[in-house]
Amino acid sequence: MSTSPSPADPRQLPSSAGSGTDRLAVVAAGGQVEPEVHERVRQTPAVLEIDRFNLWYGTKQALHSITMPIPHGKVTALVGPSGCGKSTLLRSVNRLNDLVPSVRITGEMRLNGDPIYDQRMDVIELRKRMGMVFQRPNPFPMSIYENVVYALRIDGESRRAVLDEVCERSLRGAALWDEVKDRLGESALGLSGGQQQRLCIARAIAAEPEVLLLDEPCSALDPIATGKVEDLIQELRGLYSVLIVTHNMQQASRSSDYTAFMYLGRLIEYGPTTDIFTKPVLRETEAYVTGRFG
Amino acid sequence: MSSDPLRRRRSTHAALAAHGEAWVWLTGGCLALAMAMIIGVLGYIVSEGVATFWPRPIELIELTDGRKVLGEETGRDTAPDGTGRRLVRTANFELTGKHFEWFDDGEVTATTRPAEATVVERLEGGRFQGFPTRLLHGDEVVATGGEEAWRGFREKHPDVRRRWREAWRIDKGDRGELQRKLRAARLAVVQAELSAGADSPAGAAAAAAEKAVAAEVEAQERRLDERTAELRAGNEGWGLEFTTAPGESVVLPLADIVRAWQPNKLSFAERLGVYASRWGEFLGDDPREANSAGGVFPAIWGTIAMTLIMALLVAPFGVLAALYLREYASRGPMTAAVRIAINNLAGVPSIVYGAFGLGFFCYVLGGSIDELLFRPALVADGQPTFGTGGLLWASLTLALLTLPVVIVATEEALSAVPNSMREGSYACGASKWQTIRRIVLPRALPGIMTGLILAMARGAGEVAPLMLVGVKKLALDLPIDGTFPFVHPEREFMHLAYLIYDVGFQSPNSQAAKPMVFTITFLLVAIIALLNVAAIWIRGRLRRRYVSQQF
Repeated sequence: MSTSPSPADPRQLPSSAGSGTDRLAVVAAGGQVEPEVHERVRQTPAVLEIDRFNLWYGTKQALHSITMPIPHGKVTALVGPSGCGKSTLLRSVNRLNDLVPSVRITGEMRLNGDPIYDQRMDVIELRKRMGMVFQRPNPFPMSIYENVVYALRIDGESRRAVLDEVCERSLRGAALWDEVKDRLGESALGLSGGQQQRLCIARAIAAEPEVLLLDEPCSALDPIATGKVEDLIQELRGLYSVLIVTHNMQQASRSSDYTAFMYLGRLIEYGPTTDIFTKPVLRETEAYVTGRFG
Repeated sequence: MSSDPLRRRRSTHAALAAHGEAWVWLTGGCLALAMAMIIGVLGYIVSEGVATFWPRPIELIELTDGRKVLGEETGRDTAPDGTGRRLVRTANFELTGKHFEWFDDGEVTATTRPAEATVVERLEGGRFQGFPTRLLHGDEVVATGGEEAWRGFREKHPDVRRRWREAWRIDKGDRGELQRKLRAARLAVVQAELSAGADSPAGAAAAAAEKAVAAEVEAQERRLDERTAELRAGNEGWGLEFTTAPGESVVLPLADIVRAWQPNKLSFAERLGVYASRWGEFLGDDPREANSAGGVFPAIWGTIAMTLIMALLVAPFGVLAALYLREYASRGPMTAAVRIAINNLAGVPSIVYGAFGLGFFCYVLGGSIDELLFRPALVADGQPTFGTGGLLWASLTLALLTLPVVIVATEEALSAVPNSMREGSYACGASKWQTIRRIVLPRALPGIMTGLILAMARGAGEVAPLMLVGVKKLALDLPIDGTFPFVHPEREFMHLAYLIYDVGFQSPNSQAAKPMVFTITFLLVAIIALLNVAAIWIRGRLRRRYVSQQF
């Protein structure tokens, strides 16, 4: 059986030689491949540098020697099929993986030059320098207002004027202010799913993070709410350094400046979004972004 | 057998089991059976408990041997040979030596309901039933004839009763307070002798103070004596003469009569009045006649106080323990073993907790407190203060008993908090404790309340351990009163659940006490239900605030 491998079925990848997935076959067989990182990525100043980063869940290696700079002030998208380690990489940036007992890492990450996995790095202080938004909206069981200013509250901020100002600025930044300004005291759990997710974004940007981590922020939302959150990501572009994990190719092509393609825990190709989507260096990348597999 | 799927014949009906209707019937039937039993028990308790104080008619029964008895029919059964017999509450124990008597239907020649038949509730000696004939005041006859005497009684009795109450209040409250004052002064002397020696100036000062207190107490006692003598003199000589059904003549002092009514003559409104008055006494007064009559106010008080103190003690302990177990302890065989041990604690017989409470709380803890703080009482009176059963120790014992329930429920509630919320909090830079305090606990609070509700229901209905650690048959001094320091957690107390046992099975007149047992049970169930409804209401509010989620 030779010629037409079913493009929709990644299980057939190893045997699908000649269809633009050679490297993926190598990776699936457990081999090493050199990632294709475009020159323009290397030239932009980086907010976050990931340096030969490996991660194991118990004995299973989930990330293989990832090396990539995340450009400052830009939106960087991580794409790749399910289970390729995108979310794991994202959660490694703010060390949420520390909470999983069996995780072991080697390699390094630096946030604006500060080593993230250094012994002297206070993980709580580190997380205050980043904001994160999760797949499912996870508002806290408190009022809308308290949700937004949560990061400041736990830092001990109690001056009403400061909190009010941050609350309004963040909610405006998350395009939610007009919808909730008259009911800031009500429970955040009463908002719709899309509103809850924008509230989570407001919460993440309240503390002026150096980098904003978005973990498939639209995957649990309906199309209309998705559209609103995507518009919001467009607006955040240029204001924050954003690292976004997404399954949605259109979302990645529309709203990101740079795109990294990952497969089975390895970085395959990483470059400016326009290049990745229109003239990728690797046929494997082209196959994925055009939907021929994955 | 051919297994070719194309040729397999399909039946036109799926099997009964496949439809699942059998399971609907089975599950529904089980629920219906459980509900029927619960409603049966509760319904029986409520119907019997509510009816206890309703004034029922009494009958004059004439017997074949010429005897006449006046009584209230309380029961009836049929012998195997088909003849019926009835149980009649004949009362007048001091005359007949019986409270109740059985009569065969064949013995009875006539029953009537005379209008002037009167039921009297007395302070002592149980009920009296008869016909009023004369109202007496010393040697003077104030009124003669049934109707006149009854009217006179109705007129005079409230005053007599008021005077009796005042005297009783003086005896119980004011005199008790004086005695306590005297004792405190005496113990101060002992304390001074213990710490400074008998001949020291401190000892002398204390002794002088005691003399002054004693003199003052004596003066006050004299004043109280005068007042009570005056009150008693006011009641002296008032009596109501009755003729019993067999024709004996008995004079009852008015001061001994708690309440009297003529059940065959009462209108519905008057009946309601008697009913309400008896409920009022039941809820608001102290018990009398070995708890089989009067009120249960101290027991209501003790039950509620003990349950609430228990909840206040068990909630922080259980929640903190569960927090450690769920949030901090690393998963492993050790935590698993601890969890199993906690679950097993819930199965330890409650009397074991009682024994532990007596041995540890009362004797070890209480004994140490006595040694340190209440040594004079121990030396002078040989009397423990904390070193014996009391409200505090009973509450602690029950808190221990209900701890597993709270821990298990809290653990469940904590594990039901979505991990995404915790992660969201960590991602904002919150520490573990900040996450627990601001996110996890509020969110778990309704579940924790569920555990507390279960614990309260279990604790309020517990009897066995309480008998060992502080519940008494009679303890009229409430743990909160006007005597310094106002709260007395060391005092023994009364409890409704124990009262059920005591009145129902330890009473000298158990037949008469039976309706009372139903009423006490009804009251206990009502109180537990009330506490639960309050807790459920709070839980509902918390749930609306912290848990409701819409997508």
